[in-house]
Amino acid sequence: MTQMLVIVPDRCTGCMQCELACGWVQSGQFQPSQSLIRVNIFDEEASYAPYTCLQCDEAWCMTACPVNAIGVDASGQAKVVEERLCIGCHLCTIACPFGTVFTLPQNDKAAKCNLCGGQPACVVSCPTDAIQYLDAQECGQWFRDWGRRVHERYLEEIGAPA
Amino acid sequence: MYGWTGKLLRVDLATGQSRVEEIPEDWRRDYIGGRGLADRYLYEELDPRVDPLAPENKLIFATGPLTGTCAPCGARYMVVTKGALTGAITTSNSGGHWGPELKFAGYDLLILENAAPRPSYLFIYDDHVELRDAGHLWGKGVFETEDMLREELGIPGLRVAGIGPAGENRVRFACIVNDKHRAAGRSGVGAVMGSKNLKAVAVRGTRGVRVADPEAFMRAVWAMRAAMEDHPGRKSFAELGTAATIDMTNTFGGLPTRNFQQGQFEHAENLNGNAIRDTRLVANKACFACTIACGRVCRLGEHSGKYLVNTHPRNWKIAGEGPEYEGAWALGADTGVGDLDAVLKANWLCNDLGMDPISMGATLAAAMELYQKGAITDEMLEQGIPLAFDNPEAIIRYTEATAYREGIGDELAEGAKRLGEKFGHPEVFMGSKGQEFPAYDPRGFQGMGVAYATCNRGACHLRAWTPAVESTGQMDPHTPKGKPEWVVHEQHRTTAHDATGLCLFVGAAGGPLETFVPITAAATGVPYTLEDFVKIGERTWNLERLFNLRAGFTRADDSLPKRLLEEPHKTGPSAGVVVHLDEMLPVYYQCRGWDEEGRPTPEKLAELGLASLA
Repeated sequence: MTQMLVIVPDRCTGCMQCELACGWVQSGQFQPSQSLIRVNIFDEEASYAPYTCLQCDEAWCMTACPVNAIGVDASGQAKVVEERLCIGCHLCTIACPFGTVFTLPQNDKAAKCNLCGGQPACVVSCPTDAIQYLDAQECGQWFRDWGRRVHERYLEEIGAPA
Repeated sequence: MYGWTGKLLRVDLATGQSRVEEIPEDWRRDYIGGRGLADRYLYEELDPRVDPLAPENKLIFATGPLTGTCAPCGARYMVVTKGALTGAITTSNSGGHWGPELKFAGYDLLILENAAPRPSYLFIYDDHVELRDAGHLWGKGVFETEDMLREELGIPGLRVAGIGPAGENRVRFACIVNDKHRAAGRSGVGAVMGSKNLKAVAVRGTRGVRVADPEAFMRAVWAMRAAMEDHPGRKSFAELGTAATIDMTNTFGGLPTRNFQQGQFEHAENLNGNAIRDTRLVANKACFACTIACGRVCRLGEHSGKYLVNTHPRNWKIAGEGPEYEGAWALGADTGVGDLDAVLKANWLCNDLGMDPISMGATLAAAMELYQKGAITDEMLEQGIPLAFDNPEAIIRYTEATAYREGIGDELAEGAKRLGEKFGHPEVFMGSKGQEFPAYDPRGFQGMGVAYATCNRGACHLRAWTPAVESTGQMDPHTPKGKPEWVVHEQHRTTAHDATGLCLFVGAAGGPLETFVPITAAATGVPYTLEDFVKIGERTWNLERLFNLRAGFTRADDSLPKRLLEEPHKTGPSAGVVVHLDEMLPVYYQCRGWDEEGRPTPEKLAELGLASLA
């Protein structure tokens, strides 16, 4: 069974518990600056959106890496950085279309979400179930519905005819 | 270092010089952090007789050991200074994200000294501390200031706490607003910041907070989160926000209306939690690490064109956060205005201009009573906008006028006490120690009388919230019996609570002090017990009292206005009740181990380890 992270922005309250949990996993401290999930805050829209690696099937970060330091983990679900191999060239951060591969200031190596080996800490910490880890089969319909709603809202805002 | 960073940042605003200092271990242990630790520094360093708006006054921003951790609602920081409104020590608390950011930059406390020679803002990025010119920000509202600083500094994750025009103009109840909508609201801390020519403190921190015993810490945090999860208090906060309280206080005849002339408001249902949720709520918003999310982002109603707010060209209807219970009461019931859109607009103005909506609303209410009495006349006002009860135009226009000190606004900006004295009717001031009452009428909740009168920072509902026992059948709301004892007990608990960096609301949402004493112990490595916490609360409370006594406060300042003591409501559930402060106050002093003049006895001070400080 393939599982994936599902993020429901409408449920997010912007509390940063996910950043705290992820930062903790990365550094053993409460340190949101080290978090690999980032909550984007759109104050004017009263909207908060946690965002992290989508674990693309065709992962450009993996393709771009000149030393094959990014691979697929044993579960087949997460693309992970092998820190030992990373040479700190930043190509993966440029290749990622979503901006979810980071380089760490302390060693200049790449870092990205590895789904915590199948038990993502951000999911556990979220108090409103805005981040879930679900069977991929269940996710398709949800994403279509969400996409439709966002699209309709946009059309309404720009005053397009229905 | 665990829990704490162990460091404070001291900035001399006159020269821009800064230095980092170690915080003594015994001070951390004996005062925890936040309010307690900042009180200790202020007591040590400030002459209590100083003019609050003089450069000699100090402004302290303080986080607690749980600020910045994943403990539920560990978002809080405390602003401690000598209050511009009261002249007493003030401890003004705020949430949002600014406090944790200061902690991540590596500091438990930020102490600001002297005044900048010209408008400035302070920029902190971990070790980088810089006082920069704020000439271009001066006069701007809070929202625009934050946007401009974000753009100018270009640092993702930057957090800003600053003042609006009200703070610049030294409105006596100006506040410090962080993250646009969260404020250290009361007692005029914003006026103190304005007097120092400091527009804002912009912070970005990339460091972490470590805890001493991660396993015990996480276990205690998750026990607390589990206790809060299904708690009715947490659910009510999340669903209806703080404004749900309006129904409760109104039912008890404890919702002060038209400057405390009545105890129930006929339009209460226009302003309550349900009204806000059903007609105005856009989304819930949480502070840092908060699992409650009581914050309301609201928009204006469909037919309120005249109350537009300009936050964003595409979203002119979003009025930002609030109103909270207190704001809805002060700008609504206390002024007799039952129009939610007008209250929203006035509340938004308070946020953007940087003023405390409680004192603003209460001052407007006092002014409205002066207008009712004929002491304020139409000639003193703007044409066509009478400062009369029930007038929605008035609360909007005169809120704005107050921030800029225009016309009558110049008098309103001094607060209700000075306003009443100026116009020859000191009795219209509804407050204590110069600070306007919040939204609980002590004739409906007898205990609030002694709580207001004895609070160190002037009238305040956050030190001992007696409706907790008076509205739930545990105590009779109309008798003084048992109230002073309960208030003393609660004042100790909330003071310790404020020292940890957790939000006070966790207490009402299933996470009382008992649940996070072990969290604090695991975070800091100090084996705190509940008894230690209560003792720390008492120590801090007495220290604040010593500060106020040295500042010139006496027993006579532990008082309430005549209206509460002699004029009962004529109708409603609280009809016929007056506040028996004369009965409660001696019991309160006795219970505290103070003499009959309200001074801590030498034995009490020795017991608390304060003997050398008196």
